Formats: sequence, structure tokens, C-alpha cells
Amino acid sequence: MNAEFKIQNSAIVEVRGLKKYFPVLSGVIAQRVVGWVKAVDDVGFAIRRGETLGLVGESGCGKTTTGRCLLQLDRPTEGSVLFEGQELTAMSDEELRPLRRQMQIVFQDPYSSLNPRMTIGQIIAEPIRVHALARNGAKCRDRVAELLHVVGLNPLMADRYPHELSGGQRQRVGIARSLALEPKFIVCDEPVSALDVSIQAQIINLLEELQEKFSLTYLFIAHDLSVVRHISDRIAVMYLGKVIEIADRRELYENPLHPYTKALLSAVPVPDPLVEAGRERIVLGGEVPSALNPPVGCVFHPRCPIAIDECRKAVPELREIKPNHWAACIRA
Amino acid sequence: MAGEADTTIEVLPAVSHIPRWLAVSLRFARQRPLGAAGAAIIIIMALAASLADVIAPFDPLKTDYARMFQPPGANHWFGTDAFGRDVLSRIIYGSRTALLVGFSSSFFSATLGAILGVGSAYFGGRTDLITQRLMDVLLSFPLIVLALAVVAILGSGIMNVILAITIPMIPRCALVVRSTALSLRRTPFVDAARALGFGHARIIFRHMLPNVMAPYLIMLTAFQGQAILLEASLSFLGLGVAEPTAAWGLMLRGAAVEFAERAPWMAIFPGVAISLSVFAFNLLGDSLRDALDPKLRVS
Repeated sequence: MNAEFKIQNSAIVEVRGLKKYFPVLSGVIAQRVVGWVKAVDDVGFAIRRGETLGLVGESGCGKTTTGRCLLQLDRPTEGSVLFEGQELTAMSDEELRPLRRQMQIVFQDPYSSLNPRMTIGQIIAEPIRVHALARNGAKCRDRVAELLHVVGLNPLMADRYPHELSGGQRQRVGIARSLALEPKFIVCDEPVSALDVSIQAQIINLLEELQEKFSLTYLFIAHDLSVVRHISDRIAVMYLGKVIEIADRRELYENPLHPYTKALLSAVPVPDPLVEAGRERIVLGGEVPSALNPPVGCVFHPRCPIAIDECRKAVPELREIKPNHWAACIRA
Repeated sequence: MAGEADTTIEVLPAVSHIPRWLAVSLRFARQRPLGAAGAAIIIIMALAASLADVIAPFDPLKTDYARMFQPPGANHWFGTDAFGRDVLSRIIYGSRTALLVGFSSSFFSATLGAILGVGSAYFGGRTDLITQRLMDVLLSFPLIVLALAVVAILGSGIMNVILAITIPMIPRCALVVRSTALSLRRTPFVDAARALGFGHARIIFRHMLPNVMAPYLIMLTAFQGQAILLEASLSFLGLGVAEPTAAWGLMLRGAAVEFAERAPWMAIFPGVAISLSVFAFNLLGDSLRDALDPKLRVS
């Protein structure tokens, strides 16, 4: 029993010291690097098999870049990404190819994530063909029909082109395409942000169903806190390229430790006017500093209501303040 | 109603009785009459070239010293040249040379340019830098100078002329296609293709190239006019197609210059043919660009 427990809780993805800096170039002919945008700066976390890790933060905080670095769509500047114990950052594109079957991505924009020149059937069949997962054409067509059915689309849609579909339908096609390779891990990069609220719920439910059915592990990137709260088991909060707090969903929502998380959660409206009126709102002053020139010390200190002199000096480490509740704040 | 769904499916394709390509062409003709005029001239040219054996009144190569320098008249509509050859027939046969050289060189240059442009944008970094600087070097020479250099190295003849015109036009297409491909490189479906573990060749040929069709088609058409002009220029300079093949540039040469005052029809008609065809291809190219480029599209 003990052994089984350990396997179930072992990490499928482990990220350590992940950094992604984008160079800022200047000059026409001889381009010089005049600075670095620190999109992701020393991020570390683990994703347990079968769980959904929510990754939240405001736009530009580096959550999408983190997701892309996990799949090596953007190569990290530094750090390590372990997928089932294998170091991905050291692998070449060729070496990564067989591993791609096990990790997939669903994109935010359902309009530009499908090739407009291919039919839905071709889009879903292509990965099956490339990885030779079907023995013949008929098997492949069956598989496409099955996948369309799994994501709640009519198999007859296979002959349609993406422009003939609605946003929600396209997102379902995107999900079917990533399922075609039977992955274990899927990065959901704001998969519902571009959809109507009613469609959002459908897609979220579909993702949950699929997780159960195929025992998938998700990294769910979003900026909508209520969506993340609904789908995640654990949640990581990012601010200016750093993970500042990780905890179980319930713990994070009920007991946020980092002042930024507190402010973020207080900004979520409660659908009850009485509660809403009596609630205390933490309004942060100022703007998010530029990732080109982040503040020294704790990146949050210029806006932090409880900052002290110490915060200006050292970068706070992510530390386990309570069991399974990590925060990067010296005052937590 | 059980039959309702069936009826809608039945009705949808039947709504347009005319085929799609015809509907699209008709709409294009209505919205862009100039482009349609260009297309009409090109179609006439293509018909003349393919039916040259049937419609040409005389053999374009047959010399007749009894009928030298005949002015345009009932028998020889465009007159005869210094060897008594019928100018109209030579123009009709000359459209074959013009179209052959024009089409093949613009096809090869646009295709190679598109592949280079997309590949350069896809790989980026050092590959992109080196390819682009190479293209810049080629671009810094005027078309005709580079074509002359290629002919000087390879010698004349129709194949070499095609090659001579293809090479200097490649970077012009590569540049245009690359800029479209650069934005395509950042679209999620290309990222998806990478995440699905597709090879570079598959991503370039299946996912990126089909999506740069608009600039490709525009280049293909616009290059035809330039290629025809270039072929005529090379032939005029004696470096292109060799006598006695019927070619428009060749007809402007030699005797046509010598006897320009006495027999102006020898130069006027092929000149008109060259201008008209270049004009037609440019008109069509411009209209196609307007119709296909969403950034320029006026609603």
C-alpha cells in the first residue's frame, strides 16, 4: 500500500530553477543585447501524476512562457525540466520527438491554433499518421471519429474546415488533436479565456471528464481565479516571472499567505451583494514593474502593503511555511 | 420533422448552381475590372500560343525574298520583315516563347523563393541571417545585370535564358514570403505542429507553405510580366533566344533597327505585343494583390 501511495504521488513533471530571458536587441546591423526581459526567473515546482496544477497570475507574469518551456517550445535559458525523470532541456529536437507523444498542449486562441488549410479530419489524423499509431487508413479514420466523439463533436465534422466551426467547437478540435497521441500530461494554456462564459463551462467539464477517463495530468494556466479554483487540485501563483506561492486549492483560497495572493483573491467578485459590500478589498498601488528591470530584493516589495527594509535586500526563497503550503515571503 | 436535417444537407451544396471557381472569378471580374482586362489579354495570349499552328496565317520561319518589307495590308496584316516573313505569324509564335520563358522562370523563382523564404523564417537565427544577407547581395544588382551575368557564364539558349531570369528573381519572392512566414511562425498551429513532434520538412511544406499562397500567387503573376520583359531584353541584346526562333525581343533587333524608318511595322508590332503582355500581367498581379491581401482589402 505504501509503495502504491508513493507511485501515485510521484511527480510526473519537475521544474527546477527554470529561467527564460529574452534578449532586448538594439542596432541595425551589428545587434547588441541591451537588456534581458526576465519572463521566467528561477521557477521551481512539481506536478504530481493525475493532478491538475493551476498556474495563475496577471498577463505578462510569465505563466505562458513557463508552460512553453515545459514542452521545450521555448528553450529555457537555464534550469531543468524533468518529465518522468528525463531531463528535457538537454535533448535535441530529434530526441524530444518520441517524448512529444506523452506531453501535449491546448492553446488559448481556438482561431489561430488550427491550420486553416486543413480539414478537421486531417488536423486530427496528422499526428496519428506521423507517429504511425494506426495500421491503415481505415483504422486512422475510425480513430479520428472516435476522438471527435470523445470531445463531444459529430464525427461528420471531419470534412469541415476550421472556419466553418464556432470557437467552442474549434477548442474541442484542439483538444481532440492533443488527445490523438494519448498523452499523459497536457499543458492547458488558458484554454477557455477566449470563449464565452457558457462555452467555458462546457470546455472545463470536458477537460475534467477527459482527465478522469484517460488519467491525464494537467498544468492549467489561467488568469480567471474562479475557473482555476474549480478545476485545480493545487495552485501556483506567479508574479513577475516568479512563483510566489503554491498550496492546495482549499488552503490557498482560505489561507493565502503571500500578500500578493491575498490582494489577488480579494479582487475576485463574490456573486452576493451583501457579502460583497461587507468585504475588505486590498487594492495594490502602482503598476506591475517591467520584467526588463525588476525590483531588487523581493519583486513585490514596491507594491506590498507589509514590506519592510529587509524585503529590499534579499530575494525571498520559496519555503514551506505550513505542510504543503509554500510561499516566497519573509513576513508570511 | 425527421426529414428536415436531411433537406438542409441536401440544399446547401445545391444553392450555388455555378462551380465555386467560376463564382470567385466572376466576383473578381466585377470588383476589379482592370484585373479582369489583364486576365482577358493573358487568356487571349495563351490561346494564341497554344493554337499558333491553327491561327497563324503563315509559317513564321518561311523566308520569301519576293515579299520583303511589305507594309501592313490585306494579305499580311502586320506586314513582313527583312526576310519576307509574316510579322503577325511571328508574333503569334513568339507568344509561345514569351509564355514558356515567362511562366517557367516565374514559377521556378517564385517556388524556390517561397521555400527559401519560409525555411529562413522557420529556422530563424543564424540560418535566417545568412540566407537573408545572401538574398541582399543578389538584390543589390539590377535584374538585367544579373541575368546578363548568368547568360555570360552559361551561354545563350532557351534553357539558360530561363535560368538566367529565375536566379535574380528568387530573392525578390523570398523576401516577400519571408515577411508573411515570420508572422506565421508565431501562430499557435505551428507551435502545435512542433508540440505534436512533426519534422521540420512537414511543418514547412504542410503547415507554412500552404498559408503563404496569397503572396506566392501575387509574385507568380507579377513575375511573369517582368520575365517576359527580361527575355525580350536578353533576346534584343542577342543573348537570349537565337534566330530563327520567333521571339518578340528578337524581332526588334537587327533589320528592325536598320530599317525602322522605312518599315516601322517591323518594330512597332512586336513592341506593342511586349508592352501589352507585360501590362496585362502587371494589371492582374496588382489586382490579385489587392484581392488576396487582407491588409489591403477594403470592405
